[in-house]
Amino acid sequence: MLEIGNVTAGYGHFTALWDVSLRVDAGEAVAVVGPNGAGKTTLLRVISGLIPTRAGVLALDGTSLTGMAAHQIVAHGIAHVPEGRRLFPALTVADNLKMGAFLPAARAHHAESLERVYTLFPVLAERHAQRAGSMSGGEQQMLAIGRALMSRPKLILLDEPSMGLAPVMVLRLFDLIRRIREEGYTILVVEQNVRQVLKLVDRAYLLEVGRIRMEGRAAELAEQDFVRKAYMGV
Amino acid sequence: MDPIFLVEAAINGILLGGVLALLALGLNLIFGVLDVVWIAYVDLVMLCMYAVYFVVTVWGWPFWVGAVAALALGALLGVSVHVLIISPILTSAPINQLLATGGLLFFLQSFATFLWTTDHRSVRLTLPSWEVAGIFLPATRLIPFGISILAVIGLYLFLTRTYIGTAIRAVSQDREAMALMGADPRRVYLVTSAVGGLMAGLAGTLLIFQYAVHPFFGGQFGPLTFMICVLGGLGNMVGAFVASFIMSEVIAVGGVVFSTEMGYVIAFVIFIVMMFVRPGGILTKRS
Repeated sequence: MLEIGNVTAGYGHFTALWDVSLRVDAGEAVAVVGPNGAGKTTLLRVISGLIPTRAGVLALDGTSLTGMAAHQIVAHGIAHVPEGRRLFPALTVADNLKMGAFLPAARAHHAESLERVYTLFPVLAERHAQRAGSMSGGEQQMLAIGRALMSRPKLILLDEPSMGLAPVMVLRLFDLIRRIREEGYTILVVEQNVRQVLKLVDRAYLLEVGRIRMEGRAAELAEQDFVRKAYMGV
Repeated sequence: MDPIFLVEAAINGILLGGVLALLALGLNLIFGVLDVVWIAYVDLVMLCMYAVYFVVTVWGWPFWVGAVAALALGALLGVSVHVLIISPILTSAPINQLLATGGLLFFLQSFATFLWTTDHRSVRLTLPSWEVAGIFLPATRLIPFGISILAVIGLYLFLTRTYIGTAIRAVSQDREAMALMGADPRRVYLVTSAVGGLMAGLAGTLLIFQYAVHPFFGGQFGPLTFMICVLGGLGNMVGAFVASFIMSEVIAVGGVVFSTEMGYVIAFVIFIVMMFVRPGGILTKRS
């Protein structure tokens, strides 16, 4: 579904990603793990068009996305749940979800999508009239994911969904992501919580200082000695 | 003094507040979304007033044609100001944006003087007026007030009920996140500027009921409009609405009790004092 070939990208004079290649197949859940500053967030921002590529190609279902602006890429079926959630804090929960369905194609199915999101996250239905900024971290993360689902994407990019959440909430959130997976969404997730995320995904890439160091089945990666030592604290 | 004069002044204050609210909300909408103050906002209103004057008084068309022309001109001016002046310098320092729209102000005033001289021009409207319990209520004040309130309600519904209106509020909170929702922020900015311009057109149409237009009309209402926006908290729509009526009451009642000039002096003193007491606007809590 998603093909990234030899992508190099960065900010100003700084290069954050070097010659990165990655692939996500339809129905798959894939993780990108690695230390802080490895370029994980940059990778997702390149995919959703927030950062231009300097070299390399990006394609979704055979359609090239290289050089497209962020708002055009969403229309091709990629929804990005950014780092730090990036909700509209002064807008209500319902208005945040409404913005998720901004595109005409998504707008036409607004009621249907809303019902699905509310079934998945009943707390959002209860809080629909509350300002997004006044909710707890876990609820905000659910809203950020719900907002992404409202665009009816083929592929969901999740950037550090567990960041800033209490341990109990992290486990609940991973359960919810598992349920979203089961509904048939394709997921590419970036996480520092390596132990948890490797239980969730099919395959994973290890990104270090802007380069893919390893890739493989999640279970295989979890077995690797250096991964266990460096990222799982074993 | 006969208390009836005070009551009449208070009513006139409310009626003036409606039009002031329209001006302040238009300016505040642009500021809230783009973070840019259109110093020349009331000068755009001035151009729209000339549009009504020419269409109605000079060319003899019905008033509604003049109103439509002013609204269309307002929206066009809003879009033009954004595309030609703001958009190229949107990411530069705020002082540059102030200087650019300030430059536009001088340009518009001079250009209007060059084209139309400094004559005061008004549209003669023969409208009824009523006397209720000794209070004089002219339609030239009631109609603009009524339409202003309807427009404010319309703006509220637009910003809260429609997708693009909600997007306008959302983009002011997080531009990048709005791009991730599939909305081109540049398009949202353009729509915002068009709506702001449309409101300038409507304000011009309503102001010509009571005021003559001349090239320096902006100086009459411009500072007052900024003061209201700052008093209400820049970007805060509810605050601007409330501040419009506070200011218009002070000016109207102060004008009757003392003199018109004193009314403005008191209004500005209240403004300065409030800037120390509530620098974030009247509706913010003290930190």
